[in-house]
Amino acid sequence: MTGGSRPQKLNYSLERWMQDPSPPLQSPTPSKVSMQNGPISRVRGAPRPRLLLQGQRRSGKSSISSVVFHKMPPTETLFLESTTRIQKEPVNSFMDFQVWDFPGQIDYNDGTFDLETLFGDTGALIYVIDAQDEYLEALTRLHQTIEAIQRHNPAINIEVFIHKVDGLSDDFKLDTQRDIVQRTTDELADMGLDGVHINYHLTSIYDHSIFEAFSKVIQKLLPELGTLENLLNGLVSNCRIEKAFLFDVLSKIYVATDSSPVDVQSYEICSDYIDVVLDMTEIYGYDRGELEVSTVEETKSSIGSSEDWSLPDQSSVMKLQNGMVLFLREINKYETPFHLLPTAPPSPPLTLPS
Amino acid sequence: MEDSKSRRKKKVLLMGKSGSGKSSMRSIVFSNYVAKDTRRLGATIDVEHNHVRFLGGLTLNLWDCGGQDAFIDNYLNSQRDHIFKHVEVLIYVFDIESREFDRDLITYVNCVEALRDNSPNAHIFCLIHKMDLVQLDYRDAAFQERSALLRKKSLGMEITCFATSIWDETLYKAWASIVYTLIPNGPILERHLTAFAEIAEAEEVILFERTTFLVIAHVTRGAVQNPFPDRFEKISNIVKQFKQSCSYVYNISQATFVRSTGCALKLILWALMGGWLTSRLLDRKMASNFTAFELRAHKFSAFIDILTPNTYILVVMPANAAESTTTLMNIATCRKHFEKLEVIDKAVGR
Repeated sequence: MTGGSRPQKLNYSLERWMQDPSPPLQSPTPSKVSMQNGPISRVRGAPRPRLLLQGQRRSGKSSISSVVFHKMPPTETLFLESTTRIQKEPVNSFMDFQVWDFPGQIDYNDGTFDLETLFGDTGALIYVIDAQDEYLEALTRLHQTIEAIQRHNPAINIEVFIHKVDGLSDDFKLDTQRDIVQRTTDELADMGLDGVHINYHLTSIYDHSIFEAFSKVIQKLLPELGTLENLLNGLVSNCRIEKAFLFDVLSKIYVATDSSPVDVQSYEICSDYIDVVLDMTEIYGYDRGELEVSTVEETKSSIGSSEDWSLPDQSSVMKLQNGMVLFLREINKYETPFHLLPTAPPSPPLTLPS
Repeated sequence: MEDSKSRRKKKVLLMGKSGSGKSSMRSIVFSNYVAKDTRRLGATIDVEHNHVRFLGGLTLNLWDCGGQDAFIDNYLNSQRDHIFKHVEVLIYVFDIESREFDRDLITYVNCVEALRDNSPNAHIFCLIHKMDLVQLDYRDAAFQERSALLRKKSLGMEITCFATSIWDETLYKAWASIVYTLIPNGPILERHLTAFAEIAEAEEVILFERTTFLVIAHVTRGAVQNPFPDRFEKISNIVKQFKQSCSYVYNISQATFVRSTGCALKLILWALMGGWLTSRLLDRKMASNFTAFELRAHKFSAFIDILTPNTYILVVMPANAAESTTTLMNIATCRKHFEKLEVIDKAVGR
């Protein structure tokens, strides 16, 4: 297996991911790949967890999925057609999952939908509420949905995105959130569902808040989150790093971080930095053709250990004027290029040569 | 004396109809605005003078001329000498969406005439602006049509046309070539850069101006053609975006910081550790820039570093060609040489 897959490994690099925005690694037999070096699947052969995107029409569901998973610039989402059928979208990443984008006008509660299968394997329900619009109707629908979920699959994480908050002032944002939380809690208490846990996120596609919210949603679905966090904590304390993130490069979602509090700014600068690296890789990562092959072979013969030379880990360092250092390194070179992004304090031992 | 002074201070006129995007362009290129922020800019009244310090003592004297009819009348009549004397470059901005192109053209011809009378050696750059508003398929045709028309109307003066938009990298392409005509020692820089590329065995070397990140000179040695002919502007754009997000990120007020970290406990901690934290935060707020960048990918490695006080250098090396420290050493070694080049340039200017 390892011998056979070696020539392919060269392709599993950042360049490859850049050239092909759709997930390139859709292996016809996913279970086979995952045996050795595939993404850590929850249970082998188990269906991928679903993220359901629901909400009123024009609340911004399709915009969210285009911006997060297709790198669409936020300004272009104005021209998105309204969704007429359920869009199922596989996302291949550290954890494979599927995003289902629901059309807002469908009432899946009217008995024609098989709610059992719909909510069966779902990992999380993301309910999008347009904060700039009247949201009372949306809330009623949300409460109905929560009720249905409680009947069919209470294990689902319920996440409410209070969306389009970029147009609101800071105070008004918090007021809106408080109002929505209050109404929902009251309503659920009336229905006798007070035990339901709901997470609220203030989001907007025009800044990083949507990526952060998605990060939090996805982290909750990761069974190995604790292990990853422990590993990162170890790294951070041993190398005197200020903050470490484990990023999925494609969607700029962070899968894990160490346990120190996340401030939005370091997340933002890291994701902007990933943009720089990806763009530069796109520009200069073209195929050098035979020239490159010969260099690789040369070093192979002279060094001997071909493995290390043909595939050096992709890494990058950025030094900022205030002495902060951003370091990025590709971790998982087989399936998903993964990036660790510690922002280091002014003079950590592993960086500045000054 | 007068002559040497004018040689170091280059007068650049920025003209065009009101609302065509002159000031937006200027603030993006020279004042690190984000394209989105230009909405806040008001109309320019009369002439706004900007002194932009550039390479080795070269100063751009940017005259951003308000474009309302009353002002233009003024420029053409009572202030004719004052405005159009000693001009190195005239940048004339056309709005592609303009409804009265014929009228714009008449004003343009009048300006060119005034320029021809007062500074006959000036370069003219016509920027067909707001190209993002035209559908992608029609952009080229629209640009060709307009630029052909402008060539005909330019009274025999040499003009260069660019299609631009503040929303993509075309802006940097136009401004890089404008700036290139203003730099006195462009060819010399290029020659030395080529020598450097040979010695360092680099695939590509690009020299950027520091504040604007415009391309000053570039050398390509790679055997295989890069599929992106517009990569220079693209890199300018990418890096500037990042610089802006750096400064944006660290200009967020402390209040936001407290709120974002959340709980009340944090607030108390914040108060206790106030002095120390604030000093660190202030430190960070200054960070509007990066000093070095290094990327080691599978097929190449790239280095961006400060070369001289006014320039950044980008060196792209083929994969496995050299250890990264070697390249950094090479850059450090050539730093002195390029600094000297700039000093010579200053001496010549004097």
